Amino acid sequence: MTFPILSVIIFSPIVGALILLLMPAERKTEIRVVALMTATFALILSFWVYLNYDQVAAGYQFIEKYAWMPQLGISLHLGVDGISTPLLLLTGVVMFTGVIISWGIDDRPREFFAFLFLLASGVFGVFVALDLFMLFFFYEIAVFPMYLLIAIWGWVKTREYAAMKLTLYLFIGSVVALVGALAMYFASGLETFNMLVLETANFSVEFQKIWFLPVFLGFAVLGGIWPFHNWSPDGHVAAPTAVSMFHAGVLMKLGAFAALRVGIMLLPEGAKFWAPLILMLATVNVVYGAFIAMIQKDLKYMIGFSSVSHMGLVVLGFATLTEQGMTGAGVQMFSHGVMTALFFAATGMVYDRAHTRQIPELGGMMKPLPWVGVTFIIGGLVSMGMPGFSGFVAEFPIFMGVWQVKPWVAILAVISIVITAAYIMLAIRRTFFGEMPKELEGHITPISAMDKVALGLLAGLMTILGIFPSIMVPMVQSGVKNVMDILEVIK
Amino acid sequence: MSTFTPTMIIAILPEILLLTLGLLILILDIVLKGKDGRNLGWVAAGGLLFILVLSAFLAKPAIPTDVFGGMIRYDMLGYVFKMLFIFGAMLTSLFMMDSKKLGNRGESYILLLVATIGMNLMASAADLIMLYLAIETTSIPMYILAGFMRDDKKSTEAGLKYLLFGAMASTVMLYGFSLIFGFTGTTALAAITGFSLPLALGVIVLILVGIAFKISLAPFHFWAPDVYEGAPTPITGFLSTASKAAGFAVLMRLFIGLFPPASAYAPSWTLIMAVLATITMTVGNVVALSQSNIKRMLAYSSIAHAGYALVGVVSLSELGVGSVTFYLIAYVLTNLAAFGIIAAFSNVTGSDKISDFAGMSRRNSGLALAMLVAFLSLTGMPPFGGFVAKVFVFAAAVKAGMVWLAIVGILNSIVGLYYYLTVLKVVYLHRMEGENEEAHPIPLSRPYAIALAVLSAGILLIGIIFGPWFNIASSAAAGLF
Repeated sequence: MTFPILSVIIFSPIVGALILLLMPAERKTEIRVVALMTATFALILSFWVYLNYDQVAAGYQFIEKYAWMPQLGISLHLGVDGISTPLLLLTGVVMFTGVIISWGIDDRPREFFAFLFLLASGVFGVFVALDLFMLFFFYEIAVFPMYLLIAIWGWVKTREYAAMKLTLYLFIGSVVALVGALAMYFASGLETFNMLVLETANFSVEFQKIWFLPVFLGFAVLGGIWPFHNWSPDGHVAAPTAVSMFHAGVLMKLGAFAALRVGIMLLPEGAKFWAPLILMLATVNVVYGAFIAMIQKDLKYMIGFSSVSHMGLVVLGFATLTEQGMTGAGVQMFSHGVMTALFFAATGMVYDRAHTRQIPELGGMMKPLPWVGVTFIIGGLVSMGMPGFSGFVAEFPIFMGVWQVKPWVAILAVISIVITAAYIMLAIRRTFFGEMPKELEGHITPISAMDKVALGLLAGLMTILGIFPSIMVPMVQSGVKNVMDILEVIK
Repeated sequence: MSTFTPTMIIAILPEILLLTLGLLILILDIVLKGKDGRNLGWVAAGGLLFILVLSAFLAKPAIPTDVFGGMIRYDMLGYVFKMLFIFGAMLTSLFMMDSKKLGNRGESYILLLVATIGMNLMASAADLIMLYLAIETTSIPMYILAGFMRDDKKSTEAGLKYLLFGAMASTVMLYGFSLIFGFTGTTALAAITGFSLPLALGVIVLILVGIAFKISLAPFHFWAPDVYEGAPTPITGFLSTASKAAGFAVLMRLFIGLFPPASAYAPSWTLIMAVLATITMTVGNVVALSQSNIKRMLAYSSIAHAGYALVGVVSLSELGVGSVTFYLIAYVLTNLAAFGIIAAFSNVTGSDKISDFAGMSRRNSGLALAMLVAFLSLTGMPPFGGFVAKVFVFAAAVKAGMVWLAIVGILNSIVGLYYYLTVLKVVYLHRMEGENEEAHPIPLSRPYAIALAVLSAGILLIGIIFGPWFNIASSAAAGLF
């Protein structure tokens, strides 16, 4: 038995949360230090997993299996493949930077970090779970702390409404998927929740056609799929900065990832049957999201809708059911996660100083906040899919995949790149260049060294990945190959 | 009649011990002349813990047997529920200690113990006569406890209302029993066979009405909100958990015993109950939405939870009954905690209004955290007990081919999510008037702190390490099939 690294990754945030809850509430500095230590620990471990994942051997690695409830075939069965390893790293990065960005939270920081870590545990759990029951278990853990995080620490104007809306959407989605999962469990007759075994269950074509849609869409709600995306921009805007980062950076990937793992991999026939519909919905996501983002005046709403658009690309990649499409989608999940985390972090820093996020009321931020400006521009280039940055590495294969399936969809979806370029350029110009409004002058204080570390880490990751795609693409490919094998069988 | 065997003593060991404890408290109360009654709560709680541990080890049945001439069935179903009732009574006596006009009176603990004896017998009665006596032994002390605060109008009303409705329901159930005896000539559950259609229908309807009252199924739930609101809060907690669990134990033993899955009438009673479950879940959750008093809200929520649990019964399988038992274990822990928190809160503030919970997390963060645990468990969120319980119950429905019932249940839990979260929002987000929460702390006395810590830990324990607990629950189910 080797070191159980995956369970340590899952449970270390919970342990951190418990330690925090036992600390006296008024020792705020110590609380922040413990939080940072926990996050650093998780980041180091997830990075270690990333480095030590054997791309040649591929398949599921670092496997752990403990019988949890043998009578129903539930086990704590963990493992990562080429698709989930980058997501694990992503979660570690966002958690680490999220804690840094939240350094200034002064209202009950103990509870804030405790809830944030509980959420992080759930996210880690979903990415590494190989047991359907455990996947749901962690999925729900990842959802409900969002309510409290947004409702308590969010933006005063909309937090109560947005938090409730988000929670209801996600809860409905997950329970719909849960019914599907239970149906799979009983229909398979295998009496196990082990997903690797369920992959071989050979569900009847009829069964797959009925249950694929509830399962896939139930999860994809969290991925922000149109027309169930409505909770997401509201949630982004209302959430405090670190939670927006988590929400857009990691949680939405959770939905897409679970839709792939449970929907496509367990019900491949259903996926094939419904793929055109999913392709259509995702195209709407991509194009519609970009258009709506363009007309936003609030910076956070703009990023929120751009997330909807970019997550549409992920689902689009899945729906092609081709190797290129899926590989692109896998890389896009990572790239977009880092990119949005950066966007929200930068926006948060601007808002904390200017007390407004309305693009027309901003301007000239480049001079007082050069770090924020430069990294925001890097994020913008990623968002536009500029070669040399991670966005290109991700989006290009997706469009290649789509072209193979439905060329006209590819043409339609490519429009979004132009629109994205337009709104990102506009936002950058109006926020960071031009004249600074008079009322803001003197209020824009420089950011702290820790903030620079967070921004630098996020921007650096995207650039490195853009220049050296080989550090991630082959890994994702090895994971996608497994999915393709499953889809191959039914052809 | 059977001759005496040691099994007979072991079978009713918990009840014997409970009675002894009751007598001990009675004597102590007389010796102390009514002074220092609060400490009797420690005696009761300590004694119950002792009984719980002792009976858990000694009174565990190996093979199901009928004792006392077939009056009592000594099996795992009875055993599991007995332990649950004793556990519930133990925590309730802790919660009672600092309840005004309740905790310092020795007789309140004695009544609690007598009610527990009644519940124990309900869970193990194998004869209609025994069953009826057990139900009355449970109900009468509960009527008194509900109306215990004589100078409080609402409490008096609660006691009287509970008595009148309860007596009515008992009568109807008794009429069902008499029909069975009249047509089959026996009262022993195991011996009753040979139903004709009209008899079966009459029996199902009459008995169901009686039990539906006990577990507050819609449309027989009207007493519950008033009684829950008026009764002293710790008693409400006991009433909504242990008393309800006892009703479920009877329901399962009686209906699965009389009309087993193979019986021709099984589809009809399960259908009736499926409909009742649907109505109960929906009414409970929808009406709970508009409540402004937290005790009334939890009353409707507990009606809804009876509906969820019924989904498992309807599935009529070992998985179903096991899930219900597991559900009840989780529910007893969770709801006891919820009412305990409310009792602790209103002891200090004197209010049960949801809006008065504003700023609670700043006034006592530990209490708020316990409330978070309890309410999220009621919602059905992991890693708390309520999640696993709900999943198992719905799984049983899906397995039985009743996907529609599982979907109704799921839609309902979404409604539930809304009002539970609303309360948590008030607790964590809203501020007290004047925003000076630090000046109004909510001190927790030791009994509350111990009980709430035990319950929160328990909710987490069965929510995370659910395997062994589900084993126990399904062993209870195995005896019925």
